[in-house]
Amino acid sequence: MSAQAQQPDQLLRRMALGVALAALAFAALAFASAVAQPHPPAPDSAIVKQGEYLARAGDCIACHTTPGAALFAGGRAMPTPFGTLYSSNITPDADTGIGKWTTDNFYSSMHTGRAPDGGLLYPAMPFSSYTKVTRADSDAIFAYLRAVPPVRQPNRPHDLRFPYNNRSLILGWRTLFFTEGEYKPDAAKSSEWNRGAYLVQGLGHCSMCHTPINALGGSSQSQAFQGGLIPMQNWYAPSLTSNKEAGLGDWSIADISDLLRSGVSHRGAVYGPMAEVTFDSLQYMSDDDTRAMAIYLKGLALGSIPDPVSSPMPTTESSLLTRLGESVYKGQCANCHSGDGRGMPPQFPSLAGNQSIQMGSAVNPIRMVLNGGYPPGTAGNPIPYGMPPFAQLLSDDEVAAVVTYIRTSWGNRGAAVSAAQANALRSAPLE
Amino acid sequence: MTGGPISLAAAAMIAGRHCGWFPLLALLLCSSVARAQTDRQPPDTMEARVLACVACHGPAGRGIDNDYFPRLAGKPAGYLTNQLIAFRDGRRRYTPMNYLLEFQQDSYLRQMAEYFAAQRPPPPPEIVPVVSQEILDRGRSLAMTGDAEHGVPACAACHGPAFTGMEPAIPGLLGLRASYLSAQLGAWRYGTRTATAPDCMQNVAGHLTELDVTAVTAWLAALPIPPDSSPTARGAWPLPFACGSQPK
Ligand code: HEC
Ligand code: HEC
Ligand code: HEC
Ligand code: HEC
Ligand code: HEC
Repeated sequence: MSAQAQQPDQLLRRMALGVALAALAFAALAFASAVAQPHPPAPDSAIVKQGEYLARAGDCIACHTTPGAALFAGGRAMPTPFGTLYSSNITPDADTGIGKWTTDNFYSSMHTGRAPDGGLLYPAMPFSSYTKVTRADSDAIFAYLRAVPPVRQPNRPHDLRFPYNNRSLILGWRTLFFTEGEYKPDAAKSSEWNRGAYLVQGLGHCSMCHTPINALGGSSQSQAFQGGLIPMQNWYAPSLTSNKEAGLGDWSIADISDLLRSGVSHRGAVYGPMAEVTFDSLQYMSDDDTRAMAIYLKGLALGSIPDPVSSPMPTTESSLLTRLGESVYKGQCANCHSGDGRGMPPQFPSLAGNQSIQMGSAVNPIRMVLNGGYPPGTAGNPIPYGMPPFAQLLSDDEVAAVVTYIRTSWGNRGAAVSAAQANALRSAPLE
Repeated sequence: MTGGPISLAAAAMIAGRHCGWFPLLALLLCSSVARAQTDRQPPDTMEARVLACVACHGPAGRGIDNDYFPRLAGKPAGYLTNQLIAFRDGRRRYTPMNYLLEFQQDSYLRQMAEYFAAQRPPPPPEIVPVVSQEILDRGRSLAMTGDAEHGVPACAACHGPAFTGMEPAIPGLLGLRASYLSAQLGAWRYGTRTATAPDCMQNVAGHLTELDVTAVTAWLAALPIPPDSSPTARGAWPLPFACGSQPK
């Protein structure tokens, strides 16, 4: 995995995810549609505006736009454990994009994961979430996509290893992991809760990262939102259902909303792949929709109590680590995160009581220390403060020590980490 | 030592005692941190916002004792903005910086650039060149007069007679080590660094031999920095050929 993970031009994105199994050559695209085309709607019409907003909620741009290149022209590489997939051109170009598609074709790709010729799409396209999107919302997104400038750029064939390059394998994945169907409101819940559930489960495709990935590369429904390590990227997307990890049960609605939309909050900041979700998608959501998502997310948490700390290391070793960690912390971190770990939130996050560093997986805090980071520049937080990378300054022992220190101090209940764990993440992809 | 919350006073003492440990950060933050203990907000300044850059570029972007990490202070703001945008968009590659800037907007990158452009920290220590006088002479002649026969213009023709650069987008070449300078020329030749077309530096770099690069970078790196190394005003001299990043 790490050999692949170091390919230079690798654009690691979420997608690795559900991806999986299979693939046929892209020949499947050669469908000839004789059906009449809808006229492109006026660029400033209400339906196009609505579609643009919904496309933001669905974060189509993250996968279908290569950074620095034309909007929605596709071609973005998505490394997976099975090889590299390339996203499709979804501009209205007649020959290389979706310019010949009808509204029905488009709805069918979103709702059933099938191309107009009936061919199966790889689940890297999150149709297993988008299937929940209503017909009206799908039509609005399509109207918007018809109004963006057409770009002539043929789709790049996927580069998957045998046997995953056989698209018929997708059928197996679908049987196991795909349930077709629009979102069904829960009459027992408020309309806000239902709006939040619709966005989180549907367009937001949050479960693509926040669900453990099973051996088959699917995210399983029964484990939705329980958290997992994102393959190829080496970031851990915490559980949103359990207070053991990053469940939001004891967060205020205002803190959840701030985190999602502005990228910083009094409980923590977004970083890694989540920073991209906020930057490309969530910062554009309205007050009402952000609040609705927060209400739904808060309700998801099961309220479980944290497990007692179980350190994989003998205690004398870990107390040595803690002592070294304390001196590294005082020298390198306390200026911003303060001696008592409470930071200066929201700009310098509090580490005391910060769930995102105490989880079973220590991948995130280790990578944070190695790579540093800036929360995304958003309308709500346009000129963020940043954290320096320490990869060059600190040895593996020092990284392990300081991460152990922040995971176990101030009442935090994480476990110690080893120098080997820190070392392994030095080569993790930075993209 | 994993005990409960430390008192504010203790935290301030600890912060104070350890301020020496990481001098770069301490310089910038320690005084303000002691103050911030009460309201726990960082200073609302660019200086505090670019602390993430200090470990590699030094306080105020003055450079650090590492051959490869460039000084930023005093370079034209337009030039620095162009570089930050290029790093963000991947047109210039240095992974740790590509990563830090990935999700920042143009307007913020411009503010960072303006901050570093306005700094005037003391010059870095002078460098004693390790190449022969003959090579240095070759370097001087390339930089000052170029090599017309091989299509190399004088570097001074664009970077200025004193190599202090010109507003808004031509950088000075002073205070940079030879290994950094030659890595940049190499990056242009291999296409991993590009500027707005027409990319004049790609043209310049493409005409240099290995020996030219060694010579010109060794000579430039050993130039003393004058007391005022601010870039010259826009339009002070005509360029020998167009550069996309420098508006006419
Ligand atoms: C997580 C990455 C990802 C996101 C987010 C994503 N897509 Fe895709 N999409 C893909 C990939 C990969 C393919 C190619 C699948 C294949 O070849 O089987 C694809 C294919 C498609 C296709 C089929 C194109 C064709 O020519 O067959 C359409 C239409 C599409 N996406 C629309 C969208 C829309 C609209 C959104 C936002 C609501 C979106 N996608 C969001 C990854 C993504
Ligand atoms: C110059 C100020 C600064 C210094 C020094 C600093 N940090 Fe940070 N830290 C931040 C900022 C700003 C963030 C938010 C970054 C983001 O969201 O990408 C952060 C985020 C974090 C996080 C993730 C928590 C969260 O909720 O976002 C961890 C863990 C962390 N820092 C640990 C450390 C450790 C350990 C050190 C010392 C080795 C350290 N930091 C030094 C400013 C700093
Ligand atoms: C590309 C993968 C990805 C997607 C898609 C994604 N997340 Fe995340 N998310 C992460 C990762 C990784 C983290 C851990 C880093 C952090 O805390 O910022 C995270 C963290 C979070 C946190 C913070 C938890 C904490 O305790 O700090 C929340 C809340 C969250 N995500 C909500 C969402 C919602 C809501 C969506 C859908 C709109 C979503 N995420 C989509 C990867 C993703
Ligand atoms: C890990 C070390 C590191 C950090 C942290 C870092 N830089 Fe850099 N920076 C470098 C290196 C190395 C280069 C030269 C890269 C190259 O070869 O092109 C560079 C180049 C630059 C340049 C181009 C300089 C020139 O003369 O062309 C600018 C501007 C810059 N950095 C600004 C920043 C800012 C602003 C930050 C903080 C947000 C930052 N850097 C953080 C190491 C770093
Ligand atoms: C035609 C005008 C022109 C000439 C002649 C020229 N340069 Fe440049 N140079 C530029 C411009 C413009 C830039 C800024 C490019 C950018 O925006 O990245 C630059 C940038 C550079 C940089 C990058 C500085 C940094 O801080 O990273 C180096 C090094 C450099 N030039 C060296 C040279 C040398 C050596 C010569 C002579 C052999 C030379 N240049 C001749 C216009 C010129």
